[in-house]
Parts: sequence; structure tokens; C-alpha cells
Amino acid sequence: MKKRVWLTGPYVFWIVIFTILPVIVLLWYALYDSKQGITFEHLREAVKPVHLKAFWNSILISFECTVICLLLAYPLALCIRALKLGKRSTMIMIVIAPMWMNYVLRIMSWQLILSKNGLLNSLLTILHLPNHDLGNSSAAIVIGMIYDYLPFMLLPVYNSIMSVGDDVIEAARDLGANKLTVFAKILLPLTIPGISSGIVMVFVPALTTFAISDMLGGGKVMLIGNIIEQEFISSMNWKLGAALSLVLMIVVIPGLFISPTKAEEQNTIIN
Amino acid sequence: MIKRFVMRFYVVLIFLFLYVPIGILVVLSFNNSRSRAVWGGFTLKWYKVLFMNKTIIHALYNTLYIAFLSALIATLIALPAAVGIVYMRKKQVKVMLAFGNIPMLNADIVTGILLMLTLSRVMNLGTTSILLAHVTFNIPYVLLSILPKLKSTNMSIYEAARDLGAGPVSAFIKVILPEIMPGVISGFFMALTMSMDDFVVTYFTKGAGIDTLSTLIYGQLKRGIKPVMYSLSTVIFLVVLIILLIVNYMPRDSKKNR
Repeated sequence: MKKRVWLTGPYVFWIVIFTILPVIVLLWYALYDSKQGITFEHLREAVKPVHLKAFWNSILISFECTVICLLLAYPLALCIRALKLGKRSTMIMIVIAPMWMNYVLRIMSWQLILSKNGLLNSLLTILHLPNHDLGNSSAAIVIGMIYDYLPFMLLPVYNSIMSVGDDVIEAARDLGANKLTVFAKILLPLTIPGISSGIVMVFVPALTTFAISDMLGGGKVMLIGNIIEQEFISSMNWKLGAALSLVLMIVVIPGLFISPTKAEEQNTIIN
Repeated sequence: MIKRFVMRFYVVLIFLFLYVPIGILVVLSFNNSRSRAVWGGFTLKWYKVLFMNKTIIHALYNTLYIAFLSALIATLIALPAAVGIVYMRKKQVKVMLAFGNIPMLNADIVTGILLMLTLSRVMNLGTTSILLAHVTFNIPYVLLSILPKLKSTNMSIYEAARDLGAGPVSAFIKVILPEIMPGVISGFFMALTMSMDDFVVTYFTKGAGIDTLSTLIYGQLKRGIKPVMYSLSTVIFLVVLIILLIVNYMPRDSKKNR
């Protein structure tokens, strides 16, 4: 019996080489300098005001995105629950399908709509309405994020709402609870795991994106992802980039323990 | 009555939010005019441009090649690992999965950078480094989709097959594998789609001179949106839709109700 554990060998090997070793390499880049030995200089540079401001921007924007996603997804999940059994999976599929179109093309479609000479403004001009100024703003970024990450919120929330049995809700109704009480005292507490899992699954990618802010913010809104990307790709300052990534990783790690379910959520679509 | 109407209305609004952007891309892909705001008549020329475009076709080939191979390797690593994990103690399993799931749960940009920093020290970044990176984030998806199936399988049927004279490999292939096949297949396909859709990790591990569809489009978008991207979007969405329809209407066992 015991000896079958060796079958995990290749898996353990892969984890050591491609997950644990890279963290050590990152620490080496961020904390080691050939001149000074171990140094906190890069780390200090990583937390200077310009970067902290980008960090704060990212937190605000991804918080906005997460809250809106939750407010959109929860009622939607309730609506889907109210459907007949056969229709539910079709509805879920309809909501998920856009997620599988290429990530970059999905963002592009919003660039097409929201940019200054985009379709929304053309439409407004035809209707003789004043043009909006959404392009290259944080509002455009938030819309793009919601479009991309809404399924990440919907799936865990929907799964946890579906796991609450009809009998539980009926029992509460029979005992005299009105709809609001049922929601506040039964449904909401029982779906907290789904909600928190959804929050992590939306907040982390929103916090760390650079493609959405780059394409919809027109380079005017700097998020922490953009700063890191620039340090690596244009400035070639890998030491600072590594230090920034280290800070970002430390911020993101607590979320990893709240949400061990991403694959399981995805699984419900494919199965 | 009113409640039903409000619910319908809400679902339709979400539906519009999700599909209007895609609808616009589809409509524009048939537009004979280069301008987005003018309808210049129906044409298929952007599809012709798409299929004649060697750069895009090559990037598509890279995308499919990396997706297929990385999903396959991830499955070949995760399948035996899942069997081994079933025989482990609970605490060991927890530690194992805590580390194993990091590439799936970590922020994409951090995963990409971690792998770029590491791989660039030992090789020139290119197809191989993208492949290794994709295998890394694919393994947990496959593993987590096989594990539940394996846990609900009675492992003593394997011992029974061994007692009746089957070798270890043939006992596994003939007795255990059929039981867990749905998990293996869905894990493989999940890995495939994750790899095809990935942009961020590829962006950092690709090096110069090689592109997948995502990174190619991202690079070209800096110079503006071209009509060929509309036809590309339409083709991709059509393929996705067909795959989803097949998966959704495939016969399935009665245990699953979702």
C-alpha cells in the first residue's frame, strides 16, 4: 500500500523545480546585489510613494470591480436557481461562453465601444446627445474587469446558492420568516463560503492585471501590474521588478488560503 | 407576475452586457468599410485576409501546439500523482495540495514573472519555456478534477483484479481508469482551454520572436484595431460555441445534476 506514494514523484519534482525554486530565485533577484550582498534597497524602492499610489489605485479599482461583480452575480444566481432544472445549465453556459473567447479579444471589444471615437460615442452623436468621456479612464477599466471576471464571481456564488436545499428555505417560511428574513438569516449566511471564494477569485486578478488597464486606460491609469510589467519589459530593471512582485505576492498570499476551489468551480461548467 | 418580469428583465440585461460586445465584433467582421461607424455592405474579405495572414496562422499553430502538449504532459503527471495521493495520509495530502495549487491560485503576473526569472537563467525563452510554464499552471487543474473521481472509486477492485492475476499496469488501465475517465477528460479539456486563453504567463515567458494568438493580438493592438481581428474573434467564438454545445449535450451519467 505505502509504496504507491512514489507515483507522486514527477508531481513533487515539478512542484520543487517550477514552484518552490522560482520563489527562491525571486528572493535572490529582489534581495541580493553583487556589490552589496544582501540588500533591502530594491525593496525600499518598491515601496516608494509613486508605487504605493499605483498600489492604492489598484486596490480601489479592484475593490469597485469586486463589489459590482458581487451585486450583479448574486441576484443573477438567484434568478437561475428559480429556473427549471433543465434550463439552469443552459443559462450557466450562456453566461460562461464569452469567458472562453480569447482574453485579449474580449478586452478589445470594449476598447471598440468605449474609446473616444468608439461606437458608444458615435451612437450618442447620432442621437444628438453629449459625448461621454469614458475612454482612458478608470471607469472603462472597471467595466472591462467586470466583463472579464463576472463568471469568476457567478460560479462559486451559484454553486453555494444551489447547495442550499429548498426544504431549508421552506422550513423557514413555514416558521413565519418573511422573504427578507429568509435572505438575511438563511440564504446569506449559508452562502458566505461561495461569496468569499468569489471575492478572492475576482479581487486577485483585478488587483494584478496589466492588460486591461493598458488597453482600456490608454496608459493614463497606472496600476501596480502596469508598473511591474514596465520594469521588466521596457525599463529592464529586473531587480526592482522582482522586489515589486515580491510585495505583490505577499499581499496576494492570504487569499490563496481562502479559495482552494477555483478548479472545482471551473469543473462544474465542463462536467 | 411582476417578480417574474423583473427577473426576466434582469437576466436579459446581463445577457446584453455579455453579448453586445461580441455581437459588434461579429457584425463588424462582415463590414465592407474600414470604419467602425459606417456600414459599407456585406463582405467576407476579412475572413480571406485572416486565412491568408501567415503571422496569425503561425500564432494559431503555436497556441494549439502548446495547449495540446501542455495539457497532455500535465495529465500524464497529474494522473499518477492523483493515485499516489489517494494512498497518502490526510496531513500529507494537505501539504501536497497547498504547494501544488500555488500556480493556479497565485496572481498570473507573479506566476509569469517567477517562471520567467527562473527559466531565463537556464535557457533562451521560447516555445519550450512557454510549454513548461503552461504545464506548471495546468497540473493543479487536472489533478483537482481527477481526485474527486478517484476518491469515490473503491480501490479494492484494483486489489481484486491483482489477485485474479492482472499485472499492476493492466489492472489500473482496465479497472481504475474507466472509473475515473470522466475526470481525466474534463481535466485535460480544462487544461487545454486554460492554456489557449492564457495571456499573462505567456507574455512573460515567451521571449522575443515567438507569439501565441493572445500575445500577437496584444502586440498588434498597440498599433490600432484592424478589421482582421473582427473575423478572428468571430471564428474563435464560433469554435468555442460549438465545443460548449457538444459538451453540454453529450450524454452524461445521472449522478451529475448541474
